[in-house]
Amino acid sequence: MLKHRMIAFFIILIAAAIGYFVYATQSSSPFKLGLDLAGGTELVYTADVSKIPVGSVADSMSALRDTIERRVNIFGVSEPVVETETAGIFGSASTQNRLIVELPGVTDVAAAKSAIGATPVLEFYLIKTKDYNAIAAKNLNATDTQAAINAVRIPTGITGSMLAKATLTNDPVTGAPDAVSLQFNSTGAQKFADLTKNNIGDIAAIYLDGQPLEFPTIREAINNGQAQITGNFTSASAKDLVRNLNYGALPVPITVLSEQTIGPTLGQATVNAGIMSGLIAFAVIALFLIIWYRLPGLLAVIALAAYTALNLALYKLIPVTLTAAGIAGFILSIGMAVDANILIFERMKEELRKGRGIMDAVHEGFARAWPSIRDSNTSSIITGGILYFFSSTSVIKGFALVFIIGVLVSMFTAITASRFFLFAVSPKKPGRLSLFLMKNGFTN
Amino acid sequence: MFIVRYRIIFYIFSALLVIGSLLAIFGWGLNPSIDFKGGSLLEVAYSNQRPSQSDVIAALLPLNLSASVIPSETKSYDIRTTTLTDSQKNTLISTLSALEPSGTTTIPIHIGTTTAMASMSVPSMQVIGYNTIGPTLGVEAAWKSVVAVILVILAIVLFIAWAFRKVSEPVSSWKYGIVAIIDLTHNIAIPLGVFAVLGHFYGYEIDTLFVTSLLVILGFSVHDTIVVFDRIRENLHNAPGSKRFDEIVGASINQTFVRSINTSLTTLFALVVLYFVGGSATEHFSLALIIGIAAGTYASICLGSPLLVTLEKWQKKGKK
Repeated sequence: MLKHRMIAFFIILIAAAIGYFVYATQSSSPFKLGLDLAGGTELVYTADVSKIPVGSVADSMSALRDTIERRVNIFGVSEPVVETETAGIFGSASTQNRLIVELPGVTDVAAAKSAIGATPVLEFYLIKTKDYNAIAAKNLNATDTQAAINAVRIPTGITGSMLAKATLTNDPVTGAPDAVSLQFNSTGAQKFADLTKNNIGDIAAIYLDGQPLEFPTIREAINNGQAQITGNFTSASAKDLVRNLNYGALPVPITVLSEQTIGPTLGQATVNAGIMSGLIAFAVIALFLIIWYRLPGLLAVIALAAYTALNLALYKLIPVTLTAAGIAGFILSIGMAVDANILIFERMKEELRKGRGIMDAVHEGFARAWPSIRDSNTSSIITGGILYFFSSTSVIKGFALVFIIGVLVSMFTAITASRFFLFAVSPKKPGRLSLFLMKNGFTN
Repeated sequence: MFIVRYRIIFYIFSALLVIGSLLAIFGWGLNPSIDFKGGSLLEVAYSNQRPSQSDVIAALLPLNLSASVIPSETKSYDIRTTTLTDSQKNTLISTLSALEPSGTTTIPIHIGTTTAMASMSVPSMQVIGYNTIGPTLGVEAAWKSVVAVILVILAIVLFIAWAFRKVSEPVSSWKYGIVAIIDLTHNIAIPLGVFAVLGHFYGYEIDTLFVTSLLVILGFSVHDTIVVFDRIRENLHNAPGSKRFDEIVGASINQTFVRSINTSLTTLFALVVLYFVGGSATEHFSLALIIGIAAGTYASICLGSPLLVTLEKWQKKGKK
């Protein structure tokens, strides 16, 4: 008895601590909300792998994923998701290689799509300083100046494809994060070394998509394949340039299959409605349990509170991306979590009616209700598993995950935790009051 | 015993519901959303006065997108079209935006050191959400849905036949499985039928979330069936051969009646709250679940277990 009370007290303490954890971490690590709640854009692309040898499709898809991820990261999105997926209709030979891009908070789809899909070209040209000065001396307007410079520029054969990577760096003079550092690969480094060695005093002009970016003068031979671009950048435009330089061509051409954008207002309303319905549903179920099952009902409500805290904590720790369907799944699971309690309490009542003592009845109630609970929950998990693996959208996957977690957690709270609670408070001797508390008045 | 004795009445009631549902499903058809048929869905909200539905339809007609315009919320419209390209989407948004006179706002303009206030027009219509799904993706989602429903039914039936494998007398365990199939089909036919009716009259759609609700109905409605079957199994074990099968089934139903109702009730409480408070995103989802779970509870009490009795009677007749 004392042991049960200690454990019951301990369970409540832990559940309260978990509940406090969920509450206290809400500002530092809030629940992960899906696109439909946080607002944002989801793009699904199909990759054209017809020109890729069969054996290296997986490799080029992962290269594609990395490239897109780099672009998306520099786009300034918090927690973007880039995934590849192989999908198709069962039994048909035409499987598709897909790329799924989720951009929370991004509602400007056109900008997002061009950032993902564009393939800019970076080129280096050599311009003789005397030519450059001659043109500058003419005082032409911008368009004519550019045309004149384009006429005298000499291709060097160095392009963006020879860059190993570009990174954002601080301007050596101002210290602002608006300079771009370039690292060439070995071919590029060799060509760049030749170019700089042979043309000291001339200009290595940098062009992006045919537009001149910068006209730095070559001061010395650069043999280590490193260069830095400083210019009239803001930190935003420097960031853009880094993204652009890291572009290169996509390893596989992609086209948009589906796109979805959700404004943030709709999401917030859904979250609020979800919280509200969760609270009301909990209150209604709690009221029902206490009125119908009295003392055991009250214990089930405490177990249900522990269930709620445990679930919410798991959503944060795993983490589970909550969608509107996921929240609905959680509320649904509150209604299902007490089912095991109901089966146990009804069975207890039956055993009490047969004339067993209270402790005996509690024991029997748990033992006899177990097969039904086990079989029911197994069928739920089967359903949840199939739902998870056959879901065509991330929304449904989120629901399935919440559903499965709910079933598993309820096995603990509605059975193990409730059992300790019941043993902790069950009176040993059947008095009138204790029988009233343990039975329910609505017999059938 | 009442239910077992008058089981024919409950069979007829269930049969009428299922036949009605099938008529609605095949007569009017289901209304697939863009999840399954591909296409685009644009949700826009006007800030002041929503233009009339007929004005919107008339304005969109020249765009040739076979658009359907359905009012949602108080100032919003859901516009469904064929799968849009980017330029078609922009044309659609600007056409819709032009239907409401744009509002004005004042913005500060800095000229040298002085600041002037200038008025500038802003569009007052807002895009709340946009979703476009290519036709191939839709077909795939539809296929996956059908396969998932069939798989869940098969898995549950096999599980029940397995869970009750030790029960062989007087009705073998695979017959519990057969009864479960009939139950489960009944439980998803009715919400499908209701949504066919709602689809015909109110434009309710079948989307991936609806299919999810069907799967949950399958998983949940079998709970009550398991509870009754489990009690039948226990009662058969405690009184082997001494009682008639129909009496045991009748007693089992009576003994588990309250808990079957109560377990469903708590779930229905949660769903009804979700339906009224949970917001538009899950409104149809919770409605489908409410219908399916109510049907499932009814079926587990009034259809499933009595069917076992019927099967046993046929079996006896066959032996004679």
